[in-house]
Amino acid sequence: MAMILNEEQQLLKESADGFFAEKAPVGQLRQLRDDKDEACFSRDLWKEMAEMGFAGILVSEEHGGAGFGLVGAGIVAEAMGRNLSASPFHASSVAAALVIEAAGSDQQKGRLLPAIAAGETIATLAIDEKSSHSPENSAMKAEVLDGGYKLSGMKTFVPEGGAADQFVVLARTSGEVGSQDGLSLFLVDRRASGLIIDRTAMTDSRNWAKLTFEGVQVDADALIGEEGKAMAALDPALDKARVVLSAELLGIAQECLDQTVKYLQERKQFGVLIGSFQGLQHRAAQLFSEIEVTRSAVLKALQMGDMGGDFRWFASLAKAKASKTAELASNEAIQMHGGIGMTDEFDMGFYIKRARVLQALYGDYNYHADRFASASGY
Amino acid sequence: MSDLEAFREETRAWLEGNCPQSMRGTSGGLASGEDDICWGGRKFVFKSEDQRLWLERMASCGWTVPTWPAEYGGGGLSKVEAKVLASEMRRIKAQSPLVSFGIWMLGPALLKFGTHEQKLEHLPKIARGEIRWCQGYSEPNAGSDLAALATKAEDKGDHYVINGQKVWTSYADKADWIFCLVRTDFEASKHNGISFVLFDMDQPGVSTKPIKLISGNSPFCETFFDDAVASKENLVGEENKGWTIAKYLLTHERTGISDMGIPTPLNALATDKLGTVDGQIGDKMLRHQIAEHEIDAASFMFTLERAKDEAKAGGDMGAFSSMLKGYGTELNKDRHELIMKVNGSDAFEWEGQFSNNGEIARNWLRTKANSIEGGTTEVQLNIIAKRILNLPA
Repeated sequence: MAMILNEEQQLLKESADGFFAEKAPVGQLRQLRDDKDEACFSRDLWKEMAEMGFAGILVSEEHGGAGFGLVGAGIVAEAMGRNLSASPFHASSVAAALVIEAAGSDQQKGRLLPAIAAGETIATLAIDEKSSHSPENSAMKAEVLDGGYKLSGMKTFVPEGGAADQFVVLARTSGEVGSQDGLSLFLVDRRASGLIIDRTAMTDSRNWAKLTFEGVQVDADALIGEEGKAMAALDPALDKARVVLSAELLGIAQECLDQTVKYLQERKQFGVLIGSFQGLQHRAAQLFSEIEVTRSAVLKALQMGDMGGDFRWFASLAKAKASKTAELASNEAIQMHGGIGMTDEFDMGFYIKRARVLQALYGDYNYHADRFASASGY
Repeated sequence: MSDLEAFREETRAWLEGNCPQSMRGTSGGLASGEDDICWGGRKFVFKSEDQRLWLERMASCGWTVPTWPAEYGGGGLSKVEAKVLASEMRRIKAQSPLVSFGIWMLGPALLKFGTHEQKLEHLPKIARGEIRWCQGYSEPNAGSDLAALATKAEDKGDHYVINGQKVWTSYADKADWIFCLVRTDFEASKHNGISFVLFDMDQPGVSTKPIKLISGNSPFCETFFDDAVASKENLVGEENKGWTIAKYLLTHERTGISDMGIPTPLNALATDKLGTVDGQIGDKMLRHQIAEHEIDAASFMFTLERAKDEAKAGGDMGAFSSMLKGYGTELNKDRHELIMKVNGSDAFEWEGQFSNNGEIARNWLRTKANSIEGGTTEVQLNIIAKRILNLPA
């Protein structure tokens, strides 16, 4: 497959770039933060995103989605990264939809995917318990009851956790903490008795939560996929979600560079435009190079994800590289903006704060560098 | 069967029958084993009869330069057919029959800027490996500031008389002809007085002196012109318009340098040398460093692929080649630093049988020039800043 966008993808890109720049620019996130908005995204925007087909971009046409594939989801995510557009897109339409698609029964898919695609149900993954990503270290218990399960334990770093309607929860039906075996996925409604949702205010001003399960009872049909075998379906689905996150990080990095270059072309010191200083030119040119190289890793991984098969090597490559580059870009942007980059009035602070959170989500640079090395055979 | 499949079968059969066994198996390319490369030229001594035969057979098909037109000694293949040929050669690990600056550098420039007569005169000799070329660009006072070059060419009617000095001329002592940037107008601004001329090095006015490098090798020379003569038939493009060709070739060279082929993966080297614990390289810190490097290297490899696909789709490479050159060469330096670390004290051996005469260390030192030759990394960053990011001068 040629590493360029086809005509259909190019049209999607133009549409997504225009849509998010107009409807959900970074100023909207600022407003939501200042208003201490409950959902931390605009319900109107989310409705429009569903109408545009973005909310169902990965969901098959059979289930009411657009079936556009991972490259398409990456295009939307990159545009959202550029604008820091706040919405449950990644949590619900990407991560949760992919896991349900991969592991769910026909009945579960038929019930959940159309609602996700329509933006009516917001679903999200609750898979981490530690402060660093390691789903296999889940200790949360799922005891077998008559006709169902009882969940006890906690989850943290749950995306859109304060607004989600349905949680896809990873819990242990058997096995020791750290073992890949014995983990199972359950669908839990936000209104379930014994479920405590604590919104956590985070650096990125978005919607995150910690969940506490005090003996939450669910029916047998809440089990998604095979009991004890969750990781086999979860990890490949997560890989796709990681690559879409990489595209969002790429959008953040690109926006950091573009705003910085614009500033270098306008700001004067010592009587000249500061963009004429070689010290700054080289920093900007190096950042440009890193972003272009990252763009290739992300596009390749998106394309490989659409081709199917085991693509963990590509997924970890993309997530590692995009995380590193977003870190570099947001740091460089503040440095090259000087004092103004440190002010809250200026937008750059939103970018660096969002970048770090997404760098960590579903595995940071070190996590994926290690996984990349293992997948490479060393 | 499609035409392409038929071509693949014919090619496979032809290679099977014509590629001598001794020309298969080891990897060619500029990066390793320079001793085994067939460079061609009047002074070249074939390492074996097989090497001579392999060149002769490939040249008879035009397959030393598969995509050049047949009338100029090429194979007249389409890009897709050339890819098939390359993959079939890789399949049997066939060595490249001929590697040269004529093929890599001058040929593309002549195809683009030369007259029909110039192409007829020079290209077939390049394709057959009869004439070896070198590139006369840098001068003692014109390195990064290449356009400041001062080698003077005086108009003597039907020829030029050339005086001056070049430096960093790759393999000038082994070359037959030189493609050379000279100044034909000293009044014009520096970019507008340069011409691109070709001349035979086998004449009294030309002498060369190898430069010994930190690697102990001497791939570069100083080249002196003392009333050297170049016929005007061998002026490429218009007089004083040589900078256009120089820039084209620099872009071409940068793309080429950045794409020196896929290097040997470090993981095989490291697991071999350091051993593994539970399938992982035992030295955890080195494992991490290797992973960091390979993440960048793989991302860069996909960038080369993307750049090619974009160019094929009609995009303009332009200054993007500066990014590829800068990034690719820094990456290669980093790679050789890692190779040194993996090999530990063995890497420092300079002579003798254990180290193939210090191959690891000498290759490592060679890479230090990667980010200098063809325009330094800093020059590439300047080009990116000005031509891509539009930062003010």
